[in-house]
Amino acid sequence: MKILVIAEHDNHSIKASTLNTVAAGKKLDGELDVLVMGSSCADAVNEAAKISGINSVISIDGSHLENALAEETANNAADIASQYTHVFLPATTFGKNIMPRLAALLDVQPISDIIEIIDGSTYKRPIYAGSCIATVKTEQSLIIASVRTTAFDAAQIGDAGVNVTSQDPKDSLAISNFVGEELAKSDRPELTAADIIISGGRGMQSGENFSLLEGIADKLGAAVGASRAAVDSGFVPNDYQVGQTGKIVAPNLYIAVGISGAIQHLAGMKDSKVIVAINKDEDAPIFQVADYGLVADLFTALPELESLL
Amino acid sequence: MKVIVPIKRVVDYNVKVRPLNDESGVDLNNVKMSINPFCEIAVEEAVRLKEAGSATEIVAVTVGSQASQEQLRTALALGADRAVLLETNDNVEPLGIAKLLAKLCEEEKPDLIILGKQAIDGDNNQTGQMLAALLGFPQATFASELKINDGVATVTREIDGGLQTIAVNLPAIVTTDLRLNEPRYASLPNIMKAKKKELNVIDASSLGIDFVSRLTTLKVELPPSRDAGVKVESVEELVDKLKNEAKVI
Repeated sequence: MKILVIAEHDNHSIKASTLNTVAAGKKLDGELDVLVMGSSCADAVNEAAKISGINSVISIDGSHLENALAEETANNAADIASQYTHVFLPATTFGKNIMPRLAALLDVQPISDIIEIIDGSTYKRPIYAGSCIATVKTEQSLIIASVRTTAFDAAQIGDAGVNVTSQDPKDSLAISNFVGEELAKSDRPELTAADIIISGGRGMQSGENFSLLEGIADKLGAAVGASRAAVDSGFVPNDYQVGQTGKIVAPNLYIAVGISGAIQHLAGMKDSKVIVAINKDEDAPIFQVADYGLVADLFTALPELESLL
Repeated sequence: MKVIVPIKRVVDYNVKVRPLNDESGVDLNNVKMSINPFCEIAVEEAVRLKEAGSATEIVAVTVGSQASQEQLRTALALGADRAVLLETNDNVEPLGIAKLLAKLCEEEKPDLIILGKQAIDGDNNQTGQMLAALLGFPQATFASELKINDGVATVTREIDGGLQTIAVNLPAIVTTDLRLNEPRYASLPNIMKAKKKELNVIDASSLGIDFVSRLTTLKVELPPSRDAGVKVESVEELVDKLKNEAKVI
């Protein structure tokens, strides 16, 4: 087997999702290469070369690859990918955007969001928002998959770098352009990388009330998340959303506050090690998955919690 | 501007699905079927483009069995002008669906194709991107805002770190995220009118496309269950448990 991982990065450093994806690839028996496509991305390439257990890094550097537009990245990755037996990308918005496009260019039916590798051709993946787990097998000679990052412990970054080969980019297709980005700026950890997450739901009643969560988050070094209901209500931006259609997280401690526990939300957090639920409705479904449940009014419980930490 | 909206018939989002007893698949006996929620958002966006004067015709399309006509009628009631069913009783995977849709698009020559970002049954999140690749069109996935101007679609996309805006040349593919719009309810007069709109049925196997499945489902099972823990009586007890029992803070 020959495995290729397409790296998610910001041209300066490798995203943690890449390390989880490499870890998944290393479950297979074979040489693993990492493909880094970007613009002036030497720093990211050098960091990728230090990921432990990989064979080599392939880098393609071009100005039209700066923002990982799917058209350009899939076009540049296709020839390289066809020389492997397995191509893995992280199941983040980066990988979800590119993976199917790349697969279609190579006439491959890909496998989305794998959570377990049985063998080189057999994988487990959640369906119906995680209500069921399907085991799927394919006889295709090239397997393209996206990897649920929380299901695989990250590969380490070591000191020694492996061999890097550079390839020239293909000409830009000139059919899409990057216009701009509004990235959330926060001193708190990223949701997908946090050890502790405290999330609010519709029960928070307003965006201002999220400050009650932020105070606790700062004491615990936690990230702040939200349910879809809270995002749809406009309390917080979309990048806060934990759930099947938002971010999938699995921290050591997940504190759900004023969240009823819709299946959509549970699908995004039920692999957390310890789950705490604070809700005034004692029949809320969130209590069925919580290790510790507190039936209380969050507006009195949260200030008390903050003062006790 | 002609807009094609591919849609999918799926188990209604309120239904809690379970594996069959022999774990060969999901139990779909007597469950309510609906239009996939993300597809409903796609139809709504197309209708808004038409109401704003930038779209001239909306064609709803699906790949599926006779029963899928029900969801096409829903799309017609929401404002699509006509519908096409590429009929097959086979289970068609995203690649096969994308190939069938690409074949239809070669004839229909749409300027814009709007799809849901994923169907809530298989959760694949693949068809739009694959259709874009097969047609050589640019793609703007996970859209939360769409503007059309001078042959260019400017799309705000929901990405992990926040929002990204890209501009794609038409013809293009857009896939919808949850916050693109809030779909309307079909009014009774519109439901009645939809019954008279054109719904063209084409035998999918007549199109000369190979849509044989590439994946085999060996098993469908419940995820490992998570047992409910204990209820604590106070915030103080909670903090104590987290510190001394779970040791996570």
